[in-house]
Amino acid sequence: MTLKKHKDTPSYTATQNACKMCTPLGATLVFQGIEGCVPLLHGSQGCSTYMRRYLISHFKEPVDIASSNFTEETAVFGGGANLKLAIENVARQYAPSMIGIATTCLSETIGDDVQLILNSMDNHINGTALVHVSTPAYSGTHVDGFHGAVAAVVDRFNPVGKRIVYRPKKKKKINLFPGMLSNEDLRHLKDIFEDFHTPVTILPDYSERLEGPSWEEYQAIQKGGTSISAIEKMNVAVHTLEFGAVLALTAEMGQKTAGDILSKRFGVPCTRLPIPIGVKATDRFLDTLSQISGRPVPEKYRKEKWRLVDAYVDGNKYVAKKRALIYGEEDFVVSMAGFLAEVGIIPVLCASGGKSKTFKKALEDTLPETLIDQVVIQNDMDFTCMEETAAAMPEDLRPEIIIGNSKGYAMARRLKIPLVRVGFPIHDRVGGPRILHVGYKGAQQLFDNIVNTILTAKQTESRIGYSYM
Amino acid sequence: MTSISVLKQRENQIYQKGNQPFKMECETKSLAGAVSQRACVFCGSRVVLYPIADALHLIHGPIGCASYTWDIRGAQSSGPELHRMSFSTDLSETDIIYGGEKKLKKALLELIEKYSPKAAFIYCTCIVGIIGDDVDAICRQVEDQTGIPVIAVHSEGFKGTKKDGYKAACDALFSLIERNKAPRVTLPDSINILGEFNIGGETWIIKKYYESMGVKVVSVITGDGRVEEVQQARNAALNVVQCSGSVIHLAKQMEKDYGIPYIRVSYFGIEDTSDALYQVAVFFDKNPEILKKTQDMIRKEVQAIVPRLETMKKDLEGKKAAIYVGGAFKAFSMIKALKTLGMEVVLAGSQTGTQEDYEVLRQMCNEGTVILDDSNPLELAKYSVEKDADLFIGGVKERPIAYKMGIGFCDHNHERKIPLVGFEGMVNFAKEVHGTVTSPVWDLVPRRQKPAGKEGAI
Ligand code: SF4
Ligand code: SF4
Repeated sequence: MTLKKHKDTPSYTATQNACKMCTPLGATLVFQGIEGCVPLLHGSQGCSTYMRRYLISHFKEPVDIASSNFTEETAVFGGGANLKLAIENVARQYAPSMIGIATTCLSETIGDDVQLILNSMDNHINGTALVHVSTPAYSGTHVDGFHGAVAAVVDRFNPVGKRIVYRPKKKKKINLFPGMLSNEDLRHLKDIFEDFHTPVTILPDYSERLEGPSWEEYQAIQKGGTSISAIEKMNVAVHTLEFGAVLALTAEMGQKTAGDILSKRFGVPCTRLPIPIGVKATDRFLDTLSQISGRPVPEKYRKEKWRLVDAYVDGNKYVAKKRALIYGEEDFVVSMAGFLAEVGIIPVLCASGGKSKTFKKALEDTLPETLIDQVVIQNDMDFTCMEETAAAMPEDLRPEIIIGNSKGYAMARRLKIPLVRVGFPIHDRVGGPRILHVGYKGAQQLFDNIVNTILTAKQTESRIGYSYM
Repeated sequence: MTSISVLKQRENQIYQKGNQPFKMECETKSLAGAVSQRACVFCGSRVVLYPIADALHLIHGPIGCASYTWDIRGAQSSGPELHRMSFSTDLSETDIIYGGEKKLKKALLELIEKYSPKAAFIYCTCIVGIIGDDVDAICRQVEDQTGIPVIAVHSEGFKGTKKDGYKAACDALFSLIERNKAPRVTLPDSINILGEFNIGGETWIIKKYYESMGVKVVSVITGDGRVEEVQQARNAALNVVQCSGSVIHLAKQMEKDYGIPYIRVSYFGIEDTSDALYQVAVFFDKNPEILKKTQDMIRKEVQAIVPRLETMKKDLEGKKAAIYVGGAFKAFSMIKALKTLGMEVVLAGSQTGTQEDYEVLRQMCNEGTVILDDSNPLELAKYSVEKDADLFIGGVKERPIAYKMGIGFCDHNHERKIPLVGFEGMVNFAKEVHGTVTSPVWDLVPRRQKPAGKEGAI
């Protein structure tokens, strides 16, 4: 069975229900993952309020994002004065360790030289570090803002010419740049490193800050996050791991990542891996970790793996040759597609709103050759195109399950195809930040969830409503 | 309490009843770096025009503004649902350099052909103001070409506050009404319902009341809105304005140009709903039948809900509430409605209140109540904890603040799915308040734990 190539997916001028957010959103998420950091958007008030609202709906936690709040005069005469005032006010109200400044389209377009303004403040104010990342929304998506902010932070605290005082030989420390994962993912990764008895610096780590306890007293800034002192020591790590297949390819093409900065300046070797979703990708991650830490993969994970494979076997025929539509961030889609392929599901439509040129290549590298010509791959895609493409597929080749964030719900409802919610954002359910995707455990949960969704759909359609599999 | 300090520049936007002479600073731009709860001009426009379900709403700018506002409101439609789509010109780097006019035009023509809307609104966001696209000219061209009204909404985010966005939306609505070339006829005993957005089907509740009073509803602006219906608005005898902050410009314009008078009402709570309906009945006193029907209906409705409210009131008596909403007018009704439930308001604030609004608030509130303009998370947390609130009424951005501190929460914003207006709405409101305030989870939160060693410690 081969699928007719849907080369001619409709191409419209306007974006209709975007499958992406804008760059500063990704940057603010990174800043939330740094201890004591407050994000500040240099631009108009609306952008920051909307992004706060968006993040709050997913994380269900306070997300404070300050704004330099442009007025008409600011837009004409430049934002220097406003930015300074904003920084001072944030410093006074929050006493942060760092203010992460992301520029919106507006300040980028009028050409504010933010770095110059910050230099005039000595890049510090009352002990608060000021870090800037350039994030014009018209040149990428939220993921670009995310990676950009990670790189900017690493660059700032590990400058060229910084002396390496001491590189611990025995307690080998590893850096991990996980990319945009869920809180539960980050917690699981920390557990894994702990089980390897290997110290790690994960940047960013918003898992505590964006999912903390109730408070007795109001916290201006929630606890948690990667500490700046840990970031400053990233240059003495023995190795860097960076997740992302698409990221790896774009890095090959010369895009500078945080891992690159550390390897070029300080000779910290960098290994890029796909996000460890599924057995094969997790194997790869754990084996790599075992190699660089010099420690064997703990028994616990072997057990988890074989339990998972056993579950794959138990459920194999319910998912065999099922066709899936998956969407979301490019790296996420690539790894998810790899996972689906290994359980026998065909990811017939892989879509992303991302704009990198390497999405297709990354999928081709990931999926088995036998599958690749059954898969439609499309980036820079919106939900309307996705829906039309899926609906136009011949009946027997059309997706039977949809896997992605909450934003695909309307499409799924119209197409009458069940939706499995993963990734970001999850706006119409509780527990979005607690979805686990990575590791054998993550694959186990995804697998159970997908099989059960397929079974539920079957039961619902069934005339007799059977109660025994 | 952790040391939450109030920014010096904001001191005149905070007032605690009883301890100083009253002069509230308000209607200003938010302070840079203050983490305001407010959005922007675009947000204001989008809110007002949102429920017009058979119009195309195209956001001209980079993707963010459109992404974050996609289907976020509970404005329901009984027919088409074009308003729930998120259309954007999604400007790219080259558009920023060379201008977005061509792209806008092409996008409009394609979308109009694909969706056959009855009109199109084009929202200009920040960038458009900077790169200087002549959006009005494009609109004229496309209007000529397609024959439907194509209207630019000048809502660049930095050009003011959310309120200026309301005004831009009202201008757009008025220009839509003006495009109606048919002669004007004033229909007897007829009204427009203004500033009602059909959140959770509220429009339908209010319409039902008026219809059973014998009053004809010509149009609702903009709840369950249709282009053609909006264009008929000039045939009504009276404009009944709820949420005046958002639509007062339109009401004033219609009074000036068409001589249609307006009254300000609220449909929140028993008192205000009854008052709103009576005001309309009295306005049409030439037809005494209306007043009689109104009296009968209100009596029946109130009788039906009072016993249900009484049972809930027993649990709520004496509990304290904090209110932080968009417009201050809404807060007045809420204070009354909470009083009906036996509750006391200890904090009241809004994003867009005027000097007069705050004066009214001050008069309505008890001694010690904190009144805030354009507040932020730190202040809201500080005062609701200091005042020991049991309930917070606000929107999405206020919810986690309340929850973190172990305070019950009631959503009163445009995203909710249940109607809170009118008599049945009051029951829904009471149910929601009662549900959250009496939830057993508050016994478990840290703030409510008795210190170890003391009586009741676990
Ligand atoms: S402030 Fe400007 S760019 Fe930001 S959301 Fe509002 S209109 Fe859009
Ligand atoms: S102006 Fe740019 S940064 Fe602001 S919301 Fe829109 S796309 Fe995002």
